[in-house]
Amino acid sequence: MAEGRVAERVKQIFADYKKIEPAEVSTDATFEELGFDSLDGLNIVFELEEAFDITIPDDKAQEMKSVGQIIAEIEALLEAKDSGAEAG
Amino acid sequence: MRKVVITGIGVVSPIGADRDAFWESLAEGRSGIGPITKVETAELRFKNAAEVKGFDASSHFDERQMMMLDPFAHFGVVAAREAIRDAGLNFDEGSGAKTGIVTGSCLGGKETEDAFFYDLYANKKNRVPPIAIPRSMSNSVASHVSMEFGITGATFTTSTACSSANHAIGQAFWLIRQGTLDTAIAGGSEAPLCYGNLKAWEEMRGVAPDTCRPFSRDRPGMILGEGGAMLVLETEENARARGAEIYTEIAGFGMSADAHHLTMPLAAGAARAMRNALEDARLDPEDVGYINAHGTATQANDVMEGNAIESVFGDHTDRIGVSSTKSMHGHALGAAGALEAAATVLGMSRGLLPPTANFTELDPEINLDVIAGEAREARPAAALSNSFAFGGLNAVLAFRRYGG
Repeated sequence: MAEGRVAERVKQIFADYKKIEPAEVSTDATFEELGFDSLDGLNIVFELEEAFDITIPDDKAQEMKSVGQIIAEIEALLEAKDSGAEAG
Repeated sequence: MRKVVITGIGVVSPIGADRDAFWESLAEGRSGIGPITKVETAELRFKNAAEVKGFDASSHFDERQMMMLDPFAHFGVVAAREAIRDAGLNFDEGSGAKTGIVTGSCLGGKETEDAFFYDLYANKKNRVPPIAIPRSMSNSVASHVSMEFGITGATFTTSTACSSANHAIGQAFWLIRQGTLDTAIAGGSEAPLCYGNLKAWEEMRGVAPDTCRPFSRDRPGMILGEGGAMLVLETEENARARGAEIYTEIAGFGMSADAHHLTMPLAAGAARAMRNALEDARLDPEDVGYINAHGTATQANDVMEGNAIESVFGDHTDRIGVSSTKSMHGHALGAAGALEAAATVLGMSRGLLPPTANFTELDPEINLDVIAGEAREARPAAALSNSFAFGGLNAVLAFRRYGG
């Protein structure tokens, strides 16, 4: 997936969840700043796993506190998945 | 005001399929947590739970009963039978009418629904067996016990997630104290280890991959458990008149609602339930020497519960031994309070407080005297057993030592 595409899709998913414009979701925004509580956090991680067909481990999910962290984590997981597919 | 005492205990648990085996494991700090065997775990992110072992339902029920009962009812009915046997009770028309049953369950017959609905959706069957509804209803334990023993007084079921059993025992206690009943069978049972429900718990991201370490700095989360426990409650007057052995007095019950959040607990709500239980029991905080904590070992609960206990007991907190027996029998949701009340009552009557197993090192944010690893000899004048449910519904039982 091209650079920036992941960020764009993540922000769109956040925006859809909060019923706001994607432009309102900045990369450095924390969950708290977006008005997310713990249950919203679980829901958004679920949405992202579905959208990108990945599994975010529980410990990583607990560490993620901002949109930027989520984008980085998803990019890493997608990269691992691609290299795994090539190797396999 | 009528005094209410505990005269019977029955248990089916992951650390013993009867009361004595349960107590032996508690006294030795032996955990029943291990790999899940009831369902395929290849596609589950967690693989461990506390399953009931050494329990063959078909040795307790005939074929017709087996058809009618979900596993959660096996646990509940067998526990009720043991409790009634332990109390040495028989019911005739008169005593049956003054006896009631209050059972707690969060999920009811979820295993039954899971299996029958799988047939509908995956196997494309077009019908479910006629027994589906009566077998999966949450009140089936109360109904079966009432029919089996001829118990005809106030009988019902409470469902308040992880507080279900404490709400059940508390209601039974009040019904006796206010004179509606003379005797009650109260507790809870749960069989949550079916695939659909485990998948749902997976998404809560609070289940530990290995084991349950309440109050420990490195606790990874909760561990699900299954089982059932029932207590026999009766007036002190009746118990003494018939020469029954009395374990402890059940002295108070306190409830509260956080009015805060579906899954994030609030210390003020938990504290209010503990204060209400103390007030209901006419106990001073200084009387309490043991608390069987809710202690799920999630990040959120354990810190919240430590803060709540400190806010209620102040300086006396240091003199209260606290343990979470979920470290051994797992979190049996709607049965949790019943297993923990049984552990508390057995511990008080035997002068031995059950420990917290799997404990590593106290979380620096928690200031409690955690009974770690080994049971502690002590004879506290009073004890609390805490249950705090998702949805912010809290229920706390208070017990007072009986006799010497």
